[in-house]
Amino acid sequence: MEKEKDKTVTQSKPLIRVKNVNKTYKVVGGNDVIALNDVSLDIYPNEFICVVGPSGCGKTTLLNIIAGLEPHDTGEVTIDEHPVIGPGPDRGVIFQQYALFPWMTVRKNIEFGMKFKKVWHDVMVVDKKTGETHMERRYEHMTPAEKHALADKYIKMVNLEGFENSFPKELSGGMKQRVAIARGYAVAPEVLLLDEPFGALDAQTRAQLQEDLLKTWETERKTCFFITHDVEEAVLLATRVVIMSARPGKVHEIVDIDLPYPRNQATKMEPHFLELKNKIWDTVYRMYLEVRK
Amino acid sequence: MDEQEKALTGEIKMRKLKDFSDGNPTTRNILNVSSIFVGVLVWFLITLIPSINTFLASPQQVISALGQEVQAGRYFKDIWASLQRVLVGFIVALACAIPVSFLMGWYPKVRALIDPWIQFFRTIPPIALIPLVILAMGLSEMAKYTIIFIAVFLVSVVTIYQGIREVDKTLVKAAYTFGARDINIFLSVMIPAAFPFILVAARLGIATALTTLIASEMTGATYGLGARITSAQQFMNVSVVLLGIITIGIIGFILDRVLLFVEKKLTKWK
Ligand SMILES: Nc1ncnc2c1ncn2[C@@H]1O[C@H](COP(=O)(O)OP(=O)(O)O)[C@@H](O)[C@H]1O
Ligand SMILES: [Mg+2]
Repeated sequence: MEKEKDKTVTQSKPLIRVKNVNKTYKVVGGNDVIALNDVSLDIYPNEFICVVGPSGCGKTTLLNIIAGLEPHDTGEVTIDEHPVIGPGPDRGVIFQQYALFPWMTVRKNIEFGMKFKKVWHDVMVVDKKTGETHMERRYEHMTPAEKHALADKYIKMVNLEGFENSFPKELSGGMKQRVAIARGYAVAPEVLLLDEPFGALDAQTRAQLQEDLLKTWETERKTCFFITHDVEEAVLLATRVVIMSARPGKVHEIVDIDLPYPRNQATKMEPHFLELKNKIWDTVYRMYLEVRK
Repeated sequence: MDEQEKALTGEIKMRKLKDFSDGNPTTRNILNVSSIFVGVLVWFLITLIPSINTFLASPQQVISALGQEVQAGRYFKDIWASLQRVLVGFIVALACAIPVSFLMGWYPKVRALIDPWIQFFRTIPPIALIPLVILAMGLSEMAKYTIIFIAVFLVSVVTIYQGIREVDKTLVKAAYTFGARDINIFLSVMIPAAFPFILVAARLGIATALTTLIASEMTGATYGLGARITSAQQFMNVSVVLLGIITIGIIGFILDRVLLFVEKKLTKWK
C-alpha cells in the first residue's frame, strides 16, 4: 500500500480486463435474457470508471462477473492477468443495500472485512538449539491489534468516530453506506466495485458522500468501478464514463472526462462539465427512447 | 378565531388517525389487568347459575380443588412430571431441529430428501400417532417424550428452515468478497443471521410442547397435568379439570416470558 503509486494511467497495463464477455440468463418457462453481449472493457490502475446506462442494460451483471460472484458464459475476465474464478479480497464490493451485518457493531463490521485477509508479518524466530534469533517474513492473518488500528483509521476517514459501537439499525442510510465504504477500504483491495452505492440516499447526503469519495480517491487513487444511473454523478466522479446500451447489454461508448481534479460540487457549474454531462445524458436518453419503442 | 387556531387550542378536535401502535403503556396495563379481573368476575357470576355450574366449576371451587390437590401431595408431582416431559421433549426436539434445518438450508439435496416427510407429517395431529407410539414403546416415559418431540421438532424445523432461506443473500455475497470460505459463511453469516429464528422456533416449540402435553399423557401416566385432567374428566370432577387447564396456561405464560426475555437480551441488534 505504501509503495509509490504510478499516477500515469495510459502506459500501464490494465488492472482488469474484460474481453468479449457474453452472459445469458436462462429463464425457466420464458425467453432467455441476453444480459451482456460481447462486452469488452479495460480498467487501468488508478482509474475511476463510472458506468451509466438504462436500467436492465447489464451493469450489475458486469459488476458481479468482475467481482467473481457470477460466472460468465464466454469471454475472458482477468485481474492482474489472472483469470477471475471467484470473489476475493483483491476486489472490494460496495452494494446499494449496504450489506452490513446487522448483528455486528460498526467496528465489528469493518473488522470482519479483514478477517480472512492475510498480510506479511516480520516475526522474530528463536532457534531452539543455538538460542540465536533471526527475523522471518510470514504471510498470515492480521492480528486483532492491526485490525483494530485499521478500523480506527477508516472510521475516522468516513467521519464516524463515536459510532464504533452502534449497530447498523441505529444509523441513517448515509452513515450505513459510509460504514460499508470504510469496510471496503480497510480490506485494501486493488479495486473497489460499487453498485449504485448512493442510489438510495437523499440528494444532500448523496452530494456529501460524493465529495467524501472524491477526496478519498484524490489521495489514494484507488481504482474504482462505479455504477450509477445518475449522469451528473458519473461525470463528477469519473476519469472515464462507460455508456452501456440495453437489449442486449453492450458497451455503447466510452467518454473521457478531462476535467481536472480536485473536483467538488462547484465543478458541476463549470461549462465543460455541463457540456460533457449534456452529451452523455443525450446519448443515454436516446437509448432510453429506443428501448421504449 | 379561525379553524386552525381552534384546532390548536383544542376547541376543534384534530382527527385521530390509526397508527397501529400499542398505545399508551399505562392504559394498556390498566386494560390488561381489568380484562383479567372482569373475566374472573364474569366466570364467578355465571357459575352462580346452577345449570352452568354442573359443567363449569366456579373460581372458589377451583381454589378449594387446588387446596385438596396440594394436600393430597399430587399437585406439585403433577406439575413436575409434566414440566419434565415438556422440557425434555422440547429441548431434544430443538437440539435436533437446528442441525436438520441447517442441513436442509445448506444442501439442496438434503432438502429434497427431507422436505416431503416434513410436509407430510406437519399436517398430522400428534394425537393420531398415539396408538403407534404406544404399540412401539408401551406406556413408558419414552412414549410421552416421543409425542412431544415429534410435534416440537416439526414446528421448529419448519420455522428455522424458513428463517435460513430468508437470510439476506447480499450478506453472503459480501462475506464471499472478503475471502470467506463456505465454512466461514456458515459459521459467521448463516448461524448469526438465522439465530433470531431459532428463538422464534423456541417460543413456538414451547407452546407446541404444552399443547401436546395432554395427548402425550394419554399414553397412560400416574402423574402429570394432562393425565390429571383426563382422569378428573372421567369422574366429572370439573374443578380439577379447570385447575389443570389454568395451571398449564400459567406454566406456558411463564416459560414464554422467560424465552421472550432471553430473546430481547440476545438480539439487541434487531
Ligand atoms: N438472476 C437473473 N435471472 C434472470 N434474469 C436476470 C437475472 N439477473 C438479471 N437479469 C436480467 O438481466 C438484465 C440485466 O440485469 P442487471 O445486470 O441487473 O441490469 P442493471 O443493473 O443495468 O439494471 C435485465 O434484463 C435483468 O432482468
Ligand atoms: Mg443494477
